[in-house]
Order: sequence, then C-alpha cells, then structure tokens
Amino acid sequence: MVDNNITRHSFDVVVIGAGGAGLRAAIEARLAGKKTAIISKSLFGKAHTVMAEGGAAAAMGNVNSNDNWQVHYRDTIRGGKFLNNYRMAELHAKEAPDRIWELETYGALFDRTKDGKISQRNFGGHEYPRLAHVGDRTGLELIRTLQQKIVSLQQDDFREFGDYDARLAVFAETTITELILDDGKIAGAFGYRREDGEFLLFEAPAVILATGGVGKSFKVTSNSWEYTGDGHALAMRAGANLVNMEFLQFHPTGMVWPLSVKGLLVTESVRGDGGVLRNSEGKRFMFDYIPEVFKAQYATTEEEGDRWYTDPDNNKRPPELLPRDEVARAINSEVKAGRGTEHGGVFLDVSTRMKPEEIIKRLPSMHHQFKELADVDITKVPMEVGPTCHYVMGGVEVDPDSAESAVPGLFAAGEVSGGMHGSNRLGGNSLSDLLVFGKRAGEYAALHVDRLADARPVVSQEALDAAVAKALAPLVDDPSDGENPYTVQYELQDIMHSLVGIIRRAEELEDALVKIAEFKKRLANVRVGGGRKYNPGWHLAIDLHNMLLCSEAVAKAALERTESRGGHTRDDHGKMDPSWRKVNLVCSYADNGVALRRQPVPTMPHELLSLFERSELAKYLTDEEIAAFDSNGSKDGDKE
Amino acid sequence: MSTTRHFRVWRGDDEGGQLTDYDVEVNEGEVVLDIIHRLQATQAPELAVRWNCKAGKCGSCSAEINGKPGLLCMTRMNTFGEDQTVTVTPVRTFPVIKDLVTDVSFNYEKAREIPAFTPPADLKPGEYRMQQVDVERSQEFRKCIECFMCQNVCHVIRDHEENKEAFAGPRLFIRAAELDMHPLDARDDRKEFAKEEQGLGFCNITKCCTEVCPEHIKITDNAIIPMKERVVDRKYDPLTWLGRKIFRRDQLESGAK
Repeated sequence: MVDNNITRHSFDVVVIGAGGAGLRAAIEARLAGKKTAIISKSLFGKAHTVMAEGGAAAAMGNVNSNDNWQVHYRDTIRGGKFLNNYRMAELHAKEAPDRIWELETYGALFDRTKDGKISQRNFGGHEYPRLAHVGDRTGLELIRTLQQKIVSLQQDDFREFGDYDARLAVFAETTITELILDDGKIAGAFGYRREDGEFLLFEAPAVILATGGVGKSFKVTSNSWEYTGDGHALAMRAGANLVNMEFLQFHPTGMVWPLSVKGLLVTESVRGDGGVLRNSEGKRFMFDYIPEVFKAQYATTEEEGDRWYTDPDNNKRPPELLPRDEVARAINSEVKAGRGTEHGGVFLDVSTRMKPEEIIKRLPSMHHQFKELADVDITKVPMEVGPTCHYVMGGVEVDPDSAESAVPGLFAAGEVSGGMHGSNRLGGNSLSDLLVFGKRAGEYAALHVDRLADARPVVSQEALDAAVAKALAPLVDDPSDGENPYTVQYELQDIMHSLVGIIRRAEELEDALVKIAEFKKRLANVRVGGGRKYNPGWHLAIDLHNMLLCSEAVAKAALERTESRGGHTRDDHGKMDPSWRKVNLVCSYADNGVALRRQPVPTMPHELLSLFERSELAKYLTDEEIAAFDSNGSKDGDKE
Repeated sequence: MSTTRHFRVWRGDDEGGQLTDYDVEVNEGEVVLDIIHRLQATQAPELAVRWNCKAGKCGSCSAEINGKPGLLCMTRMNTFGEDQTVTVTPVRTFPVIKDLVTDVSFNYEKAREIPAFTPPADLKPGEYRMQQVDVERSQEFRKCIECFMCQNVCHVIRDHEENKEAFAGPRLFIRAAELDMHPLDARDDRKEFAKEEQGLGFCNITKCCTEVCPEHIKITDNAIIPMKERVVDRKYDPLTWLGRKIFRRDQLESGAK
C-alpha cells in the first residue's frame, strides 16, 4: 500500500544542492534574514566538492604581488578561448579574494606563506601562483568550513528561538524531482526523502540550483552517482535556458586500471613535478602534439624539456604541460592508433624521474591511491592513465550579477550554471566560482523574496499530482516485464562515452541522438520493485530522466558547433573559427526534448578587451571585431 | 579474469532482517563496493548502500566486512581468499535504516552542540596571520572525512546505547581539539567543554578509534590525551577555576545548548 501523503514545508529560499555553491548560497540567504532550506542529495558534508584537490584561485597576491584581478581575468578568458561571459569572469576575478578571506572567519585553515598569509600555488593557465590550498584536500576544507559555518548559524538561531532549524534547515538525503511554477514563476520544489521515500513539498518563491554537473552519463568519469544533471534538467523543464552544453572538460589523467577505479583523478601536479607521458613503444609522444599556436612556448626536444624543471628561465616547458584539452586529445589519439597500454591508457611515469623518497614527499596521496587501489608502487613503475570526464562548462544561463535564470525566482550557481568558464575551465577556478556566485545567488534570491512581499506564487494541486504521478511511475510490485534502470544507465554511459566523448564527428553525434531517442522510449518502460524505502533502483529510474535530457543537450549542441574549441573537439571540423566565437548555443525544453538555437555571445567592453595585446586578440576575434577594437582604441587615445 | 564468489549481505530494516546469500562475479582489481553495485545491477536493484566518491575521500560507505569496520570503496577483493565468503553488514553502533544504510544523525546532533569557531574580534577578513607550524596541528584533525568509523568502534557507545546522551565520541573530540589548537579561535574553554559537556572522561584510551581511522589521524595521542591532560591542569588551578566561575559561566552554558 503506497502512502501518498505529502509533507509540506514553507521557506523563503530553497537551495538544491549542498556542495560549495549551495552551502555558500544558503549562508547568504540566511544572513539576509530569509528562512532557508538546504536540500542535500547525500548526507550533509559529502557533496562532490570534497573531491577537489588543487585549490581555489583568487588573485590575493600573497606569493607574487604582481597578481591582481585583471591578470586573473585575462587568464580565465584565455583558458575559455574567449567564449566566457565577460561579466561573470570579471566578477569572479574581482570578488574571489574576499570570498577566500571570508572563509578564514568561518574557521578555515589554509596552508600558509612564511609571513603567515594564505599560501598560493601554481597551476595550469594561471600566470602567477594563485591557488589557496590545503595540501591536496582543498575541497574537503572548503566543504567542512561551510558546513561548520552553517552549524554556527543554527546555533545562533537556537539561542534566539530555541530551535536549531528555525531559519536554516538541512534536508539530508533528499532529492528534488520537479520545480513547481505558478504563472511562469517559481512556487516551490517537490521531491522525496531517501530514508523512507516520503514525498516533500517545499513551498518557496525562490529556488537556487547548486546541483553540480552531468558526468555520470559518461562511462569514464571522475564524478559520483549524484552527478546526473538534476539542476540542468529541472531548469530546462521549468523554462530556463542552458548555454555552452557542448563543452565538457575531459581531464587528461584519470586512472584506467583496475576497472574499479577507472576515471579516478590523477592530479595535474604529477606532471608539474616532472612526470612524463609515454606510449607503449616507450616514446614521449607529447612532442608530436604541440599545436602551431603553442610552438613558441614549449620545448621541442626531451633534453630542453628536462632542463626546464631545474632552469625554467632559460628553457621552455615540456609539452606534457600543455593545456588539459591538448593533452587529453593526444592521449586519446595514441590509444586509438594502437600505441596504448594493456588497459587502454598511456604511461605516466615519475619513477624514472625522481627518487622514491621525493615522490612520496611531493605526491603523497597519489602514492597512497595507487598503492591501495591498484597495487602499483609509483616510485618503481609507471602509472597507467587516460582521459576522464571531469566537468561541464555548460549550464543554466543566468544574469551575471544576480545569478537569476530566465525563470523569475530561479537562480543557479556553481557547476550547474553556464557561461563563466567559456569553452574550457582553468583548474582552481571552480572552487572560487562556487563561492563568488553562491554568495551572489543567495543575496539576490533574498532580494527577490523581499520584492515579492506578499504576492507569493502558489503551488497548485494539479501540479503536485503530476509530480507525484511521475515519481511513482517506475515503481511496481513485479518489475520483471520492465526495463532494468541499471541496464539503461550502462548503455547510455557507453553511448555518450564512445559517440559524444572527447573527439566528436557529425555521423557519430547523429547516431547518438538516435540512440538517445530510443533510450527515452525505453525509459517509459523502466520498472523497479522493492517499495519506496531507500531504494536505489527507484532513485536511478527517476534520475535517468535528467541524464537523458542533459545528454541530448550535449549531443545536439556538439553536432551544431562545427568547429573545435576548448572542451569541444570535432574531428571533422578541427579548427577554431572566429565567427563561431560570437555564437552561444542555447538549449531549451520543448516537446519532451531539447530545442536548440543560436544566440550572440555578450560583447566584451573595450576596457576589458584592452587588457589583452592586440596580437593575441587577433587570434580569436573576427576581422570586423579587430577593426572595431582599433577604432575604439583611437577614440580612447583622443580622450587622453 | 573473473571468478564467482560467495557473498552474504545483511538485508532488512529497522524491524529486522537477515544475511542473504549471493553468488556474484568478481573481477581483478575490484573493491567490495564494486561487488555491491554489481548485486544492485543484476540481482537486487533495491539493495540500499550509501556511497559517493568511491575514492576514500567522502566517508559515506562505512560498513562492516567480515565483522571488521571499513570503507567499502577501499576494501580490495584480493584481501580475501578465493573460497572465502565475504559478509557485509551495516555499522553496528547506529540504527539500521535499510540493508547497509544506517541512521548516523547522532553524529550531526553532537556536532551541533559544540560551540563553533569564534573569530577574533579585532581582525578583519584578510588580516589573519598564522604560521604553518601552528596550523598543522589542527589541520591533522581537519583531514577527517566523517566516515564515523571511530564512533562505530568506540566501546563507550558501541554496545551502550545509554551512553549516547552524555558522550560525543572521538569524531567530536578531534573537533574540540582542532578548535582548541586553532591559533586564532577566541574561546579558551574548549577543554572544559570537552570534559563537562562532551563526556571526554568516558574515554579510557583503548585507541580503537585511532586504529580504524582511514585518514590515519592520531585521534587518541594527538587529540584525546592532550585534551584530557590539559583539562586536569586547568581544573586544579584555583585561579583559573575562580575565573571560570566568575566570568565564563554564562558563556559556557550558552555554548553548551
């Protein structure tokens, strides 16, 4: 007997997602006096943010005083190949230091410089040492700090109201399956509690999406089970738009063996500290993959590359340290050409480059990870590595300042939002992104509630009944006639990996879209038994709707963009095309699927363009844009 | 290379349950969590298990494997003999919700009772200065991934439900120590709080918590013992005692509840 009772809660602001962005947003909304709920798909403090290793990028200038927001801005735009939303990148670069310093007032303990400030480390694409960090567990520090700040606010409320949850409540192991609208505005969110399957309705005029990414739709990924694109799909179904969905970051070095840990991240520091990539023939193949535009900055011989580690001023860096997209593509090509390892990767070797004690000292967690999980001693033998799906640049299109989507009352921050990183994200810019825009989303969601005053949207019974019916659809007493949700998931992951993966072709993308349409039909027939109590099969059956919608968005956008840029590589359109730089692909929801349209990329104002050399701009902009830049520049000159 | 292995997994809920037998495929290099996932995909779609990162970093998949507490994602199958039955049961100290999933809310409730980090009143954001050597002591405790296995093995509460009211457990003792050793925390009553409100005195230093910690935090030596020693120092210093009675009593109480 299924009990369809719904527990109703009423809040001002509901935050879906309890990673860095969600927790930071909730803190801000609560500080603005709003009654706030945090919906966490897992237990409190377990979100994917804990997996971040390197650090949070912020131009504090603690290690090199030449750093400032303009340099950080420039690096971010270069990393995104000039497709970034300029305003988001500007706000991010300007506000990241304050967001990091603020964490210290919450109790965070970052590693220190000699003069007692927050230490900062070098990372790919960042001109100066810029990443605030705690060893290689920065994400854990971030989430624990925010978690503890939330507890601290709850303690304040306990003292004032006698109830920890009076103004800030955490709903752990709770999944939102639908957003509910009233006349196009956010009215609430509907979902279930894992523990007992009970349905919950959160009536709230403001919802902040902070649900992370979509990586679980890929076979090889560094992402956890939660990364099913819930926020992306909820936003689309509510009428918001997604931008840049064709851009996925494949990190070049994930573990490939054993199968158990395939996709698990091997930090970029391995290469930074001297690790080299070799194919099965023992060749350092990266020297064959230096693109024309980078020829001037990278060593062309092994000897020179080796000298760089000890004498960086007089030698060029080895091509193992090319940007992530370049290295990932190269590894992929080597494996496809039959020069891969037994388990389909390439070798990443530090054992012949450093003494064992040095490796253990500089790469302790990598040493531990390979020893514990792969029986591989990286001080003696090479690691086997290959690309792994790591991050989606695309996400909900938001107003840069307020983080609000096209749907009134619906906000998005962190990985689920789009635009900030353009076509490729720099390492370290994710942890700072989620703090900067998490705070902004919380602040503006609170403002939205104030402006509504008593005119709050209302949840209709009809909408609620539909949400209940959809959630219950896969659940039956005897599932033997239906599709197994795990089978559909595995097949989807396989298709996305092989047809919409790191290198794409029109025919394969078309094929993928046909298959995704078939999966949708099969999804209607997915059946699960076992009732509503903590039933992972049922949860997966519901999540699959989101995975399929996001997969369709990625594949459609990838088919449309006939160029290669950042995290989107087309085998049949290998070049970067300046005319495509002016185009964002926007996905919206139509007919139970994805509608795609082109939209101009917001034009970067002259003052921000002027942060770059003209010669660099010429590599990215069209001739007309360069002419406009020149004429703007001469106008500036006239003023002076 | 794959073999068929015999598993016994506890299936049930708060009303009761039993070990259920499964024969399941096992491949080279797999961990116990892989096998649980294979059972879900092929034989038991509704089998409940908690997990996230599958890399030993989130602390979600704590369970007992052949009676020994461990993370399912870090327990390699090659640590068992090929003919050995692998028995997986939920952690014992917390109430079962379903199958391998337990109700760990005890730990979150205890965490809410410890007064939070109290920032120094005279420093603005960006003005904090600390030496690496000074933050390292607290950083050791901040490595905690909250797998709650230290709580699970602690004798004080493992088979003594009645002690849970008065005892916060090792996870929260390292939180207390972390704040006590934080170079800029403005409170100076962390040890008293641990003694009087967290039940530090129940701990009889058997070090089970330290042994089970997947992050190799020296819970007993570096947190519990220093906190105990200094509580003794302070308690018998008459001046400190007098000061506490006069000035800090109200703060102690407001922090406690």
